[in-house]
Amino acid sequence: MTFLIVALSLILITIIAIQIGKVSELAAKIRGEEEMQEATNRRQSAYMVIFMVVFLLGCIISGVYYKNYMLGFGPHESASAHGGTLDNLFKVTLFFTGIVFILTQVLLFYFAYKYRAKKGSKATYFAHDTRLELIWTIVPALVMTGLVVSGLDAWNTVMADLTDEEDYIEIEATGFQFGWNLRYPGPDGQLGEKNFRLISGSNPIGQNWQDLKNLDDFHPGEIVLPKGKKVRVRITAQDVLHNFYLPHFRVKMDAVPGMPTYFVFTPDKTTEEYRQLLRDYPEYNVPADPKDPESKLLWEVFDFELACAELCGRGHYSMRRVVRIVEPSEFEAWQKEQPSYYFANVRGKADDPWTDRVFDAEIGARKAEFTANLEKALTAATPEEKVLPLNYITYETGSAKLASISKYELDNLVEALKAQGSLQVEIGGHTDNTGDSASNLQLSQQRAQSVADYLTSKGIAASRLRTKGYGDTLPIDTHETE
Amino acid sequence: MANVAIDPTVTHEEKLIEDLGYDDHFHDHHHGDKYQSNFITTYIFSQDHKIIAKQFLITGMIWAIIGGLMSLVFRLQLGFPEESLAWLKPFLGKWIVVNPETGMGSLSPDFYYALVTMHGTIIVFFVLTAGLSGTFSNLLIPLQVGARDMASPLLNMMSYWFFFMASVVMFFSLFLSTGPFSGGWTAYPPLSILPQASSGSASGMTFWLISLVFFVVSVLLGGINYITTVLNLRTKGMNMWRMPLTIWAFFITAVIGLLSFPVLASGFFLVMFDRSLGTSFFLSDIFIGGKALEHVGGSPVLYQHLFWFLGHPEVYIIILPAMGIVSEVLAVHSRKPIFGYKAMVFSMLAIAFLSFIVWAHHMFMSGVNPFISNFFVIFTLIIAVPSAVKVFNWISTLYRGNIRFTAASLFAIGFVSMFISGGLTGIFLGNSAIDIQMHDTYFVVAHFHIVMGVAAFFGMFAGVYHWFPKMYGRFMNEALGKIHFWGTMIGAYLIFWPMHYVGIAGVPRRYYRFDTFQAFSHFDELNQFITIAAIVTFAFQLLLVINFFYSIWYGKKVMDKNPWGATTLEWTTPIKPGHGNWPGKIPTVQRWAYDYSKGDRDFISQIEPLAEGEKDEVSH
Repeated sequence: MTFLIVALSLILITIIAIQIGKVSELAAKIRGEEEMQEATNRRQSAYMVIFMVVFLLGCIISGVYYKNYMLGFGPHESASAHGGTLDNLFKVTLFFTGIVFILTQVLLFYFAYKYRAKKGSKATYFAHDTRLELIWTIVPALVMTGLVVSGLDAWNTVMADLTDEEDYIEIEATGFQFGWNLRYPGPDGQLGEKNFRLISGSNPIGQNWQDLKNLDDFHPGEIVLPKGKKVRVRITAQDVLHNFYLPHFRVKMDAVPGMPTYFVFTPDKTTEEYRQLLRDYPEYNVPADPKDPESKLLWEVFDFELACAELCGRGHYSMRRVVRIVEPSEFEAWQKEQPSYYFANVRGKADDPWTDRVFDAEIGARKAEFTANLEKALTAATPEEKVLPLNYITYETGSAKLASISKYELDNLVEALKAQGSLQVEIGGHTDNTGDSASNLQLSQQRAQSVADYLTSKGIAASRLRTKGYGDTLPIDTHETE
Repeated sequence: MANVAIDPTVTHEEKLIEDLGYDDHFHDHHHGDKYQSNFITTYIFSQDHKIIAKQFLITGMIWAIIGGLMSLVFRLQLGFPEESLAWLKPFLGKWIVVNPETGMGSLSPDFYYALVTMHGTIIVFFVLTAGLSGTFSNLLIPLQVGARDMASPLLNMMSYWFFFMASVVMFFSLFLSTGPFSGGWTAYPPLSILPQASSGSASGMTFWLISLVFFVVSVLLGGINYITTVLNLRTKGMNMWRMPLTIWAFFITAVIGLLSFPVLASGFFLVMFDRSLGTSFFLSDIFIGGKALEHVGGSPVLYQHLFWFLGHPEVYIIILPAMGIVSEVLAVHSRKPIFGYKAMVFSMLAIAFLSFIVWAHHMFMSGVNPFISNFFVIFTLIIAVPSAVKVFNWISTLYRGNIRFTAASLFAIGFVSMFISGGLTGIFLGNSAIDIQMHDTYFVVAHFHIVMGVAAFFGMFAGVYHWFPKMYGRFMNEALGKIHFWGTMIGAYLIFWPMHYVGIAGVPRRYYRFDTFQAFSHFDELNQFITIAAIVTFAFQLLLVINFFYSIWYGKKVMDKNPWGATTLEWTTPIKPGHGNWPGKIPTVQRWAYDYSKGDRDFISQIEPLAEGEKDEVSH
């Protein structure tokens, strides 16, 4: 059916076109070729002028109509320190090209009208004029020189990399099909090494956990940056080319697999400030969801955005991340809340290379955990609940020898026992359920004894301690009795 | 002038050829015209440059229709994402994904990107390179320099048939189950190399590469021929400064093509190696499909250098022939010499030279060292100077002319308007600082569509309307031509002008939908408008197709050998020139190509000797 309609309309158009053609040729025959040509010249040259007027007016009116969405005009102001310079360059170029545009278009169409062939008119033999040609070679050359100089000045300033002495935040964005992985350095201020061969389900950007700088890095779901501070974005790609594009900040740089790139910029407006800016414009005072008149207004839900600007496959158009610019104090608070990716997702798992090590950050946390558990055990109502789990005591595999990192938890215990002078405890030993139960039971008894030995070596009276092996039956560590 | 032909059946021009022409004994050697002895050698495997020109033109037209229709399909998706495209299912099959509950059909993103890619490849290479330069270089070089044919008619024939093979391979790739190539006409790796990254990068890319390698061979065979013909087969008296600007344009175009297309081919071969032989020219550090690839040490940016080393000259390969045609058409129909002939030649030479040292302006944002960009900014913006010179010269050609409005001259004037509009936006993009924001947005799409898409098409249309009488011995219909012009002129501006605004607002090109981002979703109405304008403008192109094919058989017959009153040699041949172009002697050239309205004469043909005391305009 569709096919039939298309075919029929094509045939119809053809017939009409041929008829128009025939009629025009017939008219030419009747009126005579020359007269017909002259009438044509009159008509067509008039159309030229009409077109010129409508075209130029259309350009100007439509430009004004859409100005509120455009670079550097109205609410589409730059949100970065360098953006204003680029916007000004744009405006200066618009000014000069605008003049040339109007001038040349007017001359072109006006000459076409003015010098149409009329009865008895003749062209002037005018083949060249060196002076004129020199002028219109030199003038554009001078204007171009001006644009090049100011353009390159801006370019070299914007694209300059930072030196180590400068104070800046470095973050990393890795493009993949189809999204962005973001990475911030932790308190050390440095991003750790990464290698594409290490990428796995639990290691989305291939961080090398051997590199201690990686351990405090965190992966937020959105880009949060403080206003007024230099940011160096390290831009990388995991699979194909992507492009790190922040339209509001005039930032754009390809993400290339195997070749990290960078862009340095300084946000100079917070998201909130930008929203207030948009508030004044009617375009942004409409419901954000056109189908729901009750929804928030466009300016209220405004967010800066990160997009991809290099064709990367079928989902290219969907690589969105929100960018939030906040006051520096808010940024610091946010930064503190962010959990390190390593400690939240890798620590203690199969690919954690640091099982024999306790990090400073962990000692305090583990102590706090111990203290809380102790409090709970001491205040528990029934003897069955008076149990203090010792989560961080480990042994060498298949042996009762304490792993060296157990000492932190044991020292917590020593301290607690010294503080609670009258406390009597039963130390329960456990094993995992590999091996047969009988030998596990024996091993668990030996393990409990190792703990007791450690405690006595630290000056706890042996009389306060009892040991018991639970084999692989129970998941807890210390039983305590009064 | 007082010399009037004595025998009324022999025209003044025929007599001049007879008196002053050069006898190469061509017809003594070609008894019975062995080149055109049967249907196949005359119309299919023809070695005659005029037939080959028509073959290029008609193949180009078919591709233009296919490429144009593709753009309409993806414009429908962009303009009306909420409207169902289920009605296209009979044509596009599985590429229209229909929601079984709502019946809503939409274009699959994979096929959207395939259409965008194919549209670009087809229009840039098959239509505006082969269809434009292939057609008019073939048609006009021998006719306007006064040669019997190309230097090597055999290579010339092969040039077309390599293009034909490229076409066939590309056409078949449209029907692959994994779809045609969909990584953009620039085919940047790693996307174009890894089938894991995009279904179009599987067999679709293999076909695309094979097709374009054939195409490069076609361009090289054609180019060698054009250059040799222009350098060696000019008739007596046709020194370089007497060549019409069309010939200069085709000659320079061929030189650019010969120097740049091999670089593209080498880039393509390296892509093939990376795809098939496990090399790592353009690949490094890639994790895809749950696996880290073995490739290390390559650079995707290296490909971009190789690609744009052709890619930028390519835009001049497209636009220079159009410039040449427009210069010629404007001069003929304003009845005035082209203004600043030598400046026109020098500016073309300057553009050609500069076109080789500006390629990295496509790569400001691709991670190359920002310091390098300084040079490319300077050279890029210098191109504005010869371009401006050309514009001023065209406008001055109209000044105090006696303009005859025909479809050809309308399109030539339209070309200048488009070239101004599109050229000026290049000044924004060529300035790397502004390009930070503009790069890969709709501003770029608007810029290059106007300056090398629409403008080049206008040059081509001007050429078709102007030289159709020479090709077929009939005129195309002028009234339809003028409707076609106004529809296209207005329509093209309505399509591409608003794209500037979308681009200045920062909307990236090559997006399947805009509603995924707040920042890009303000232009729903404008996108609908652009789509409607595109459909209407495309419909106007049907007028050209109808007019063209109707006129081949039923157009008004040409009665006068020189219907436009032009000075150049092609109009001294018979109305329908046979093989060898001139029935007897080859005319010799006595003066430059632009003696219009000189003295009291309307025009003086190139074959007419200088009068006593008369100076030739440029060869003195």
